[in-house]
Amino acid sequence: MTLQIFLNDYGLPGALIVLQILAFVVPLLIGVAYLVYAERKVMGAMQLRQGPMTVGAFGLLQTFADAIKLFSKEIIIPSAAHRVVFILAPVLTMLLSMIAWSVIPVNEGWVIADINVGILYLFAISSMGVYGVLMAGWASNSKYAFLGGMRSAAQMVSYEVSMGLVIVCVLLCVGSLNLTEIVTAPRPWWVQVMLLPMFVVFVVSILAECNRAPFDLPEGESELSGGFLVEYSAAAFMLFFLAEYANMILMSAMATILFLGGWLPPFGIEALDFVPGVIWFVLKVSFILFVYIWVRATLPRYRYDQLMRLGWKIFLPFTLIWVLVMAGTLMATNSLPVVQ
Amino acid sequence: MTGSNTLDTFLASNHFLAEYLPILIFIGIAAGLALVMLVGSYFSGKQRPDANKLAPYECGFDAFEDARHKFDVRFYLVSILFIIFDLEIAFLFPWAITLSDIGLFGFWSMVVFLGILTIGFIYEWKKGALDWE
Repeated sequence: MTLQIFLNDYGLPGALIVLQILAFVVPLLIGVAYLVYAERKVMGAMQLRQGPMTVGAFGLLQTFADAIKLFSKEIIIPSAAHRVVFILAPVLTMLLSMIAWSVIPVNEGWVIADINVGILYLFAISSMGVYGVLMAGWASNSKYAFLGGMRSAAQMVSYEVSMGLVIVCVLLCVGSLNLTEIVTAPRPWWVQVMLLPMFVVFVVSILAECNRAPFDLPEGESELSGGFLVEYSAAAFMLFFLAEYANMILMSAMATILFLGGWLPPFGIEALDFVPGVIWFVLKVSFILFVYIWVRATLPRYRYDQLMRLGWKIFLPFTLIWVLVMAGTLMATNSLPVVQ
Repeated sequence: MTGSNTLDTFLASNHFLAEYLPILIFIGIAAGLALVMLVGSYFSGKQRPDANKLAPYECGFDAFEDARHKFDVRFYLVSILFIIFDLEIAFLFPWAITLSDIGLFGFWSMVVFLGILTIGFIYEWKKGALDWE
């Protein structure tokens, strides 16, 4: 009898939450698999190659074959490494790239935890990503890994500053930290136009934040032969790999929520309301992911001093001034959102 | 175990906890997933370590010194600058969402604050703290 009460009171609500979480995690992992596939296919097409073709129809199962291969390899822990930190680093990185999804609304009300400081939570989690990289770089006790980890940490914190200021610009127009309200808050067209340069800064910053080309210096294979990942193998490498691509999707989802109107139809066209919101969300995220891949296939890698110059001397002053410009304009036109 | 002291009623009286409980469960699931992958891989792959395999990677050479050696002081500089500016952003977040409430006074206070920060930023720039050549 007590067991039944216990199941009803704790088991059912708990199971519901677990199901909700799985409903996010499983599509995310499949999404990562097909993002890797899409990257290879799109880059193949841009370089007049075919990309993966053999495993499954059109190579659709290639990523799963790669995953199984990685899974059955030997986990190498270098003798000079700090074993605990070495193993903890990929686990932490993977953990952070997953739990950030708990506040992302993919449709009206489709969110695991609709907390009222959602954007602050996202910002905190993405800041913590630096720890995984630093831990991996330090624990490996290899010169390449160490340098890669240092570079990566410096790069990530540099671009986080401008990312934060961009987020402040958006907050000025919506007046809430809750991600659902950020999507649904009404924005006049001229506010959107003023946010356009911030959108560009944000997209470039997330490229640097995810260590993606043209800012992929931490793993620049021509100088650091893999950076902080150099000593990792098998599932430990796979966790880093998964986390990196999950982070790409996460950052694209963030850009979608902040600038592209989340699950709402594009440009507020009401005739398109019949399409489910989650489809718009996925389409918008895919668009930004396509830009990631496009940029990688197009641009050569930045030098490190150019990268730091862009972050500190161009993006930081520009976004700082833009925060004041936006605040001033919104005040002067009396169009600041009213706080409830 | 009485009916009154259940998860539902507990969460209903603690909205704050009810909002954050799924995140806690998510942390557990994500950590479990990562550990299962690692442990599963450890048992599914053949583990045959030897001294050369476990040596630090250095393009075929034996590592000739500890990897955790001296590194450029500019990495410290960047992290110090980051702390200053990240704190400032943490300060800007509440300001941004309540700007309509605090009005012109709040706006100009922030302008003065950012002005002071900008003077410091210009000083860093002139001192060459942002150069990497």
